[in-house]
Amino acid sequence: MESGQTLPLPADWRDFFALTKPRVMTLVIFTGICGLLAAPGTIHPVIAFTAILCIAVGAGGAAALNQWWEADLDAGMKRTAARPVPAGRMDRTSARDFGFALSGGSVFTMGLGVGWLAAAILAFSIFYYAWIYTVWLKPRTPQNIVIGGGAGAFPPLIGWIAVTGDITLMPVLLFLIIFMWTPPHFWALALFVQIDYAKVGIPMMPVVAGERSTRHQIAAYAVALLPVTLAPWWIGGAGVIYGVTALVLGLVFAALSIKVGLRVSVPSDGMKPEKQLFKFSILYLFVLFGMLVIDRLATVQGWQ
Amino acid sequence: MIEPRKLEPMTPEQTELYRQRQRSRNKVLGIVLISFAILFFAISIVKITAQTGGAG
Repeated sequence: MESGQTLPLPADWRDFFALTKPRVMTLVIFTGICGLLAAPGTIHPVIAFTAILCIAVGAGGAAALNQWWEADLDAGMKRTAARPVPAGRMDRTSARDFGFALSGGSVFTMGLGVGWLAAAILAFSIFYYAWIYTVWLKPRTPQNIVIGGGAGAFPPLIGWIAVTGDITLMPVLLFLIIFMWTPPHFWALALFVQIDYAKVGIPMMPVVAGERSTRHQIAAYAVALLPVTLAPWWIGGAGVIYGVTALVLGLVFAALSIKVGLRVSVPSDGMKPEKQLFKFSILYLFVLFGMLVIDRLATVQGWQ
Repeated sequence: MIEPRKLEPMTPEQTELYRQRQRSRNKVLGIVLISFAILFFAISIVKITAQTGGAG
Protein backbone atom coordinates (compact mmCIF):
# COMPACT_ATOMS: atom_id res chain seq x y z
CA MET A 1 0.00 0.00 0.00
CA GLU A 2 2.56 2.49 1.15
CA SER A 3 5.25 1.42 -1.31
CA GLY A 4 4.21 3.67 -4.23
CA GLN A 5 3.84 6.83 -2.12
CA THR A 6 6.08 9.83 -2.21
CA LEU A 7 5.89 12.93 -0.05
CA PRO A 8 2.41 14.42 -0.70
CA LEU A 9 2.39 17.57 -2.81
CA PRO A 10 1.59 20.76 -0.93
CA ALA A 11 -1.83 22.09 -1.99
CA ASP A 12 -1.82 24.69 -4.73
CA TRP A 13 -2.57 28.24 -3.57
CA ARG A 14 -5.45 28.36 -6.05
CA ASP A 15 -7.13 25.58 -4.09
CA PHE A 16 -6.87 27.64 -0.92
CA PHE A 17 -8.50 30.47 -2.82
CA ALA A 18 -11.25 28.14 -4.06
CA LEU A 19 -11.87 27.10 -0.44
CA THR A 20 -13.14 30.62 0.32
CA LYS A 21 -16.04 30.15 -2.17
CA PRO A 22 -15.16 33.26 -4.22
CA ARG A 23 -18.49 33.25 -6.07
CA VAL A 24 -20.53 33.40 -2.88
CA MET A 25 -18.12 36.08 -1.71
CA THR A 26 -19.13 38.45 -4.52
CA LEU A 27 -22.64 38.66 -3.05
CA VAL A 28 -21.19 39.05 0.46
CA ILE A 29 -18.90 41.88 -0.68
CA PHE A 30 -21.67 43.55 -2.64
CA THR A 31 -24.24 43.54 0.19
CA GLY A 32 -21.53 44.55 2.68
CA ILE A 33 -20.58 47.56 0.55
CA CYS A 34 -24.25 48.46 0.15
CA GLY A 35 -24.80 48.40 3.92
CA LEU A 36 -21.72 50.54 4.36
CA LEU A 37 -22.70 53.08 1.70
CA ALA A 38 -26.36 53.27 2.69
CA ALA A 39 -25.58 54.01 6.34
CA PRO A 40 -25.82 57.59 7.58
CA GLY A 41 -22.52 59.19 8.58
CA THR A 42 -19.05 59.18 7.15
CA ILE A 43 -16.23 56.66 7.19
CA HIS A 44 -12.65 57.07 6.02
CA PRO A 45 -12.10 55.17 2.74
CA VAL A 46 -9.20 53.18 4.26
CA ILE A 47 -11.38 52.09 7.19
CA ALA A 48 -14.26 51.32 4.81
CA PHE A 49 -11.92 49.17 2.71
CA THR A 50 -10.72 47.39 5.85
CA ALA A 51 -14.30 46.69 6.94
CA ILE A 52 -15.26 45.17 3.57
CA LEU A 53 -12.01 43.18 3.42
CA CYS A 54 -12.66 41.76 6.88
CA ILE A 55 -16.27 40.86 6.02
CA ALA A 56 -15.05 39.09 2.86
CA VAL A 57 -12.14 37.29 4.53
CA GLY A 58 -14.36 36.28 7.46
CA ALA A 59 -16.88 34.82 5.02
CA GLY A 60 -14.00 33.02 3.29
CA GLY A 61 -12.83 31.59 6.60
CA ALA A 62 -16.32 30.38 7.44
CA ALA A 63 -16.58 28.79 3.98
CA ALA A 64 -13.25 26.99 4.50
CA LEU A 65 -14.36 25.68 7.90
CA ASN A 66 -17.64 24.56 6.32
CA GLN A 67 -15.75 22.57 3.67
CA TRP A 68 -13.40 21.09 6.23
CA TRP A 69 -16.38 19.80 8.21
CA GLU A 70 -18.43 18.66 5.22
CA ALA A 71 -15.69 17.07 3.10
CA ASP A 72 -17.37 13.63 3.31
CA LEU A 73 -20.77 14.98 2.33
CA ASP A 74 -19.31 17.08 -0.48
CA ALA A 75 -17.58 14.01 -1.90
CA GLY A 76 -20.99 12.38 -2.37
CA MET A 77 -22.61 15.19 -4.35
CA LYS A 78 -21.96 15.93 -8.01
CA ARG A 79 -22.15 19.69 -7.46
CA THR A 80 -19.46 19.70 -4.73
CA ALA A 81 -17.30 16.62 -5.37
CA ALA A 82 -14.66 18.67 -7.21
CA ARG A 83 -13.98 20.96 -4.22
CA PRO A 84 -10.32 20.86 -3.08
CA VAL A 85 -10.73 18.62 -0.01
CA PRO A 86 -13.14 15.94 -1.34
CA ALA A 87 -11.20 15.84 -4.63
CA GLY A 88 -8.01 15.05 -2.68
CA ARG A 89 -6.06 18.12 -3.76
CA MET A 90 -5.77 19.31 -0.15
CA ASP A 91 -5.63 17.55 3.20
CA ARG A 92 -8.35 18.31 5.75
CA THR A 93 -5.96 19.75 8.32
CA SER A 94 -4.83 22.45 5.91
CA ALA A 95 -8.43 23.42 5.20
CA ARG A 96 -9.19 23.59 8.93
CA ASP A 97 -6.12 25.66 9.79
CA PHE A 98 -6.70 27.96 6.84
CA GLY A 99 -10.32 28.49 7.93
CA PHE A 100 -9.36 29.28 11.52
CA ALA A 101 -6.56 31.63 10.42
CA LEU A 102 -8.82 33.61 8.09
CA SER A 103 -11.61 33.79 10.69
CA GLY A 104 -9.34 34.86 13.53
CA GLY A 105 -7.36 37.28 11.37
CA SER A 106 -10.44 38.99 9.96
CA VAL A 107 -12.09 39.45 13.38
CA PHE A 108 -8.87 40.74 14.93
CA THR A 109 -8.23 43.19 12.07
CA MET A 110 -11.85 44.38 12.14
CA GLY A 111 -11.57 45.04 15.88
CA LEU A 112 -8.32 46.98 15.64
CA GLY A 113 -9.08 48.85 12.44
CA VAL A 114 -12.83 49.45 12.46
CA GLY A 115 -14.40 48.76 15.84
CA TRP A 116 -15.06 45.98 18.31
CA LEU A 117 -18.86 45.95 17.87
CA ALA A 118 -18.47 45.23 14.15
CA ALA A 119 -15.74 42.68 15.04
CA ALA A 120 -17.97 40.95 17.60
CA ILE A 121 -20.83 40.64 15.11
CA LEU A 122 -18.40 39.35 12.46
CA ALA A 123 -17.11 36.75 14.94
CA PHE A 124 -20.65 35.73 15.77
CA SER A 125 -21.59 35.45 12.08
CA ILE A 126 -18.61 33.11 11.44
CA PHE A 127 -19.52 31.01 14.49
CA TYR A 128 -23.15 31.02 13.34
CA TYR A 129 -22.28 29.72 9.87
CA ALA A 130 -19.48 27.31 10.78
CA TRP A 131 -20.98 25.85 13.95
CA ILE A 132 -24.69 26.61 14.48
CA TYR A 133 -25.52 26.09 10.81
CA THR A 134 -22.93 23.65 9.37
CA VAL A 135 -22.29 21.40 12.33
CA TRP A 136 -25.42 21.63 14.39
CA LEU A 137 -28.58 22.39 12.43
CA LYS A 138 -27.93 21.59 8.76
CA PRO A 139 -27.91 17.82 9.29
CA ARG A 140 -30.83 17.98 11.74
CA THR A 141 -33.65 20.11 10.37
CA PRO A 142 -35.25 20.80 6.99
CA GLN A 143 -35.44 24.45 8.07
CA ASN A 144 -31.61 24.48 7.67
CA ILE A 145 -31.79 26.91 4.77
CA VAL A 146 -33.81 29.39 6.80
CA ILE A 147 -31.13 29.24 9.47
CA GLY A 148 -28.27 29.29 6.94
CA GLY A 149 -29.83 32.38 5.41
CA GLY A 150 -29.12 34.12 8.68
CA ALA A 151 -25.39 33.70 8.05
CA GLY A 152 -25.64 35.33 4.63
CA ALA A 153 -27.69 38.16 6.11
CA PHE A 154 -24.89 39.51 8.29
CA PRO A 155 -22.71 41.42 5.73
CA PRO A 156 -24.95 44.49 5.20
CA LEU A 157 -25.56 44.64 8.95
CA ILE A 158 -21.81 44.62 9.66
CA GLY A 159 -21.15 47.14 6.88
CA TRP A 160 -23.74 49.50 8.33
CA ILE A 161 -22.44 49.14 11.89
CA ALA A 162 -18.86 49.76 10.70
CA VAL A 163 -20.06 53.27 9.84
CA THR A 164 -22.50 54.08 12.63
CA GLY A 165 -20.98 52.10 15.51
CA ASP A 166 -24.40 51.16 16.89
CA ILE A 167 -27.29 48.86 16.04
CA THR A 168 -30.51 50.56 14.93
CA LEU A 169 -33.67 49.34 13.21
CA MET A 170 -32.37 49.93 9.65
CA PRO A 171 -29.43 47.48 9.71
CA VAL A 172 -31.69 44.91 11.37
CA LEU A 173 -34.19 45.36 8.50
CA LEU A 174 -31.38 44.80 5.97
CA PHE A 175 -30.57 41.61 7.86
CA LEU A 176 -34.22 40.51 7.77
CA ILE A 177 -34.49 41.18 4.02
CA ILE A 178 -31.72 38.70 3.18
CA PHE A 179 -32.97 36.33 5.87
CA MET A 180 -36.44 36.16 4.29
CA TRP A 181 -35.05 36.13 0.75
CA THR A 182 -32.83 33.09 1.21
CA PRO A 183 -35.49 30.35 1.58
CA PRO A 184 -37.31 31.03 -1.72
CA HIS A 185 -33.94 31.63 -3.41
CA PHE A 186 -32.38 28.39 -2.22
CA TRP A 187 -35.44 26.13 -2.27
CA ALA A 188 -35.97 27.06 -5.92
CA LEU A 189 -32.46 25.66 -6.51
CA ALA A 190 -33.12 22.69 -4.22
CA LEU A 191 -36.20 21.78 -6.27
CA PHE A 192 -34.11 21.17 -9.35
CA VAL A 193 -31.07 19.54 -7.67
CA GLN A 194 -32.86 17.60 -4.90
CA ILE A 195 -31.56 14.16 -5.84
CA ASP A 196 -28.04 15.09 -4.72
CA TYR A 197 -29.01 16.11 -1.20
CA ALA A 198 -31.13 13.00 -0.68
CA LYS A 199 -28.11 10.83 -1.50
CA VAL A 200 -25.92 12.23 1.32
CA GLY A 201 -28.73 12.41 3.91
CA ILE A 202 -28.98 16.18 4.31
CA PRO A 203 -32.63 16.93 5.15
CA MET A 204 -33.37 19.47 2.42
CA MET A 205 -36.95 20.64 2.47
CA PRO A 206 -38.03 19.07 -0.85
CA VAL A 207 -36.61 15.72 0.31
CA VAL A 208 -38.18 15.74 3.78
CA ALA A 209 -41.44 17.65 3.49
CA GLY A 210 -42.06 16.90 -0.15
CA GLU A 211 -42.24 19.15 -3.15
CA ARG A 212 -45.75 20.42 -2.48
CA SER A 213 -44.95 21.75 0.97
CA THR A 214 -41.68 23.29 -0.26
CA ARG A 215 -43.49 25.09 -3.05
CA HIS A 216 -46.05 26.50 -0.63
CA GLN A 217 -43.28 27.72 1.67
CA ILE A 218 -41.45 29.40 -1.22
CA ALA A 219 -44.57 31.40 -1.99
CA ALA A 220 -45.18 32.20 1.69
CA TYR A 221 -41.66 33.55 2.25
CA ALA A 222 -41.73 35.61 -0.96
CA VAL A 223 -45.04 37.23 0.03
CA ALA A 224 -43.85 37.88 3.59
CA LEU A 225 -40.64 39.41 2.18
CA LEU A 226 -42.55 42.21 0.43
CA PRO A 227 -43.59 44.19 3.56
CA VAL A 228 -40.12 43.68 5.07
CA THR A 229 -38.46 45.25 2.02
CA LEU A 230 -40.94 48.14 2.14
CA ALA A 231 -40.35 48.80 5.85
CA PRO A 232 -37.20 50.95 5.32
CA TRP A 233 -39.33 53.29 3.21
CA TRP A 234 -42.17 53.40 5.76
CA ILE A 235 -39.91 54.17 8.72
CA GLY A 236 -38.14 56.87 6.72
CA GLY A 237 -34.80 55.06 6.56
CA ALA A 238 -34.94 55.13 2.76
CA GLY A 239 -36.68 57.34 0.21
CA VAL A 240 -39.10 56.94 -2.66
CA ILE A 241 -36.46 55.69 -5.15
CA TYR A 242 -35.83 52.67 -2.94
CA GLY A 243 -39.50 52.29 -2.04
CA VAL A 244 -40.79 52.09 -5.61
CA THR A 245 -37.98 49.72 -6.63
CA ALA A 246 -38.71 47.45 -3.67
CA LEU A 247 -42.42 47.43 -4.53
CA VAL A 248 -41.93 46.58 -8.21
CA LEU A 249 -39.21 43.97 -7.58
CA GLY A 250 -41.18 42.47 -4.70
CA LEU A 251 -44.34 42.09 -6.78
CA VAL A 252 -42.43 40.33 -9.58
CA PHE A 253 -40.62 38.11 -7.06
CA ALA A 254 -43.91 37.24 -5.33
CA ALA A 255 -45.59 36.52 -8.69
CA LEU A 256 -42.78 34.18 -9.80
CA SER A 257 -42.80 32.49 -6.39
CA ILE A 258 -46.56 32.00 -6.39
CA LYS A 259 -46.30 30.49 -9.87
CA VAL A 260 -43.73 28.02 -8.53
CA GLY A 261 -45.75 27.60 -5.34
CA LEU A 262 -48.95 26.48 -7.05
CA ARG A 263 -47.36 24.36 -9.73
CA VAL A 264 -47.18 20.59 -9.83
CA SER A 265 -44.10 19.52 -11.71
CA VAL A 266 -44.12 16.57 -14.05
CA PRO A 267 -40.96 14.73 -15.06
CA SER A 268 -39.31 16.17 -18.18
CA ASP A 269 -40.87 19.65 -17.84
CA GLY A 270 -37.36 20.99 -17.26
CA MET A 271 -38.32 22.84 -14.04
CA LYS A 272 -38.34 26.10 -16.01
CA PRO A 273 -40.31 28.30 -13.56
CA GLU A 274 -38.02 27.16 -10.72
CA LYS A 275 -34.88 28.02 -12.69
CA GLN A 276 -36.43 31.34 -13.67
CA LEU A 277 -37.24 32.11 -10.03
CA PHE A 278 -33.71 31.19 -8.95
CA LYS A 279 -32.13 33.49 -11.56
CA PHE A 280 -34.49 36.34 -10.79
CA SER A 281 -33.85 36.01 -7.05
CA ILE A 282 -30.16 36.85 -7.59
CA LEU A 283 -30.97 39.83 -9.79
CA TYR A 284 -33.58 40.90 -7.24
CA LEU A 285 -31.11 41.15 -4.38
CA PHE A 286 -28.44 42.96 -6.43
CA VAL A 287 -30.90 45.56 -7.73
CA LEU A 288 -32.66 46.03 -4.38
CA PHE A 289 -29.43 46.73 -2.48
CA GLY A 290 -27.98 48.76 -5.33
CA MET A 291 -31.04 51.00 -5.30
CA LEU A 292 -30.75 51.41 -1.55
CA VAL A 293 -27.33 53.00 -2.14
CA ILE A 294 -28.55 55.14 -5.06
CA ASP A 295 -31.46 56.27 -2.89
CA ARG A 296 -29.07 57.30 -0.13
CA LEU A 297 -26.87 59.19 -2.63
CA ALA A 298 -29.94 60.98 -4.00
CA THR A 299 -30.93 62.02 -0.48
CA VAL A 300 -27.44 63.29 0.32
CA GLN A 301 -27.42 65.26 -2.94
CA GLY A 302 -30.84 66.73 -2.12
CA TRP A 303 -32.56 65.22 -5.15
CA GLN A 304 -35.44 63.82 -3.10
CA MET B 1 2.38 12.73 10.94
CA ILE B 2 4.19 11.51 7.87
CA GLU B 3 6.88 8.91 8.47
CA PRO B 4 9.68 9.86 6.10
CA ARG B 5 11.13 6.33 6.09
CA LYS B 6 8.01 4.85 4.51
CA LEU B 7 8.12 7.25 1.58
CA GLU B 8 9.63 6.53 -1.78
CA PRO B 9 12.33 8.92 -2.96
CA MET B 10 11.01 11.40 -5.51
CA THR B 11 12.10 11.44 -9.13
CA PRO B 12 13.73 14.67 -10.35
CA GLU B 13 10.49 15.61 -12.13
CA GLN B 14 8.48 15.11 -8.95
CA THR B 15 11.00 17.14 -6.98
CA GLU B 16 10.76 19.93 -9.53
CA LEU B 17 6.92 19.95 -9.29
CA TYR B 18 7.16 19.94 -5.50
CA ARG B 19 9.52 22.91 -5.53
CA GLN B 20 7.31 24.74 -8.03
CA ARG B 21 4.31 24.38 -5.71
CA GLN B 22 6.35 25.62 -2.77
CA ARG B 23 7.65 28.62 -4.72
CA SER B 24 4.20 29.70 -5.93
CA ARG B 25 2.80 29.33 -2.41
CA ASN B 26 5.66 31.34 -0.96
CA LYS B 27 5.13 34.05 -3.53
CA VAL B 28 1.41 34.37 -2.78
CA LEU B 29 2.00 34.30 0.97
CA GLY B 30 4.66 37.00 0.56
CA ILE B 31 2.27 39.22 -1.36
CA VAL B 32 -0.43 38.66 1.29
CA LEU B 33 1.94 39.55 4.14
CA ILE B 34 3.25 42.69 2.43
CA SER B 35 -0.33 43.79 1.69
CA PHE B 36 -1.20 43.17 5.33
CA ALA B 37 1.71 45.36 6.47
CA ILE B 38 0.65 48.14 4.08
CA LEU B 39 -2.96 47.89 5.30
CA PHE B 40 -1.93 48.18 8.94
CA PHE B 41 0.35 51.10 8.12
CA ALA B 42 -2.54 52.86 6.36
CA ILE B 43 -4.94 52.16 9.25
CA SER B 44 -2.38 53.53 11.72
CA ILE B 45 -1.90 56.72 9.70
CA VAL B 46 -5.66 57.26 9.46
CA LYS B 47 -6.13 56.69 13.21
CA ILE B 48 -3.21 58.90 14.22
CA THR B 49 -4.41 61.67 11.90
CA ALA B 50 -7.91 61.44 13.35
CA GLN B 51 -6.56 61.61 16.91
CA THR B 52 -4.45 64.67 16.27
CA GLY B 53 -7.43 66.39 14.68
CA GLY B 54 -5.95 66.20 11.21
CA ALA B 55 -3.14 68.60 12.12
CA GLY B 56 0.26 68.25 10.52
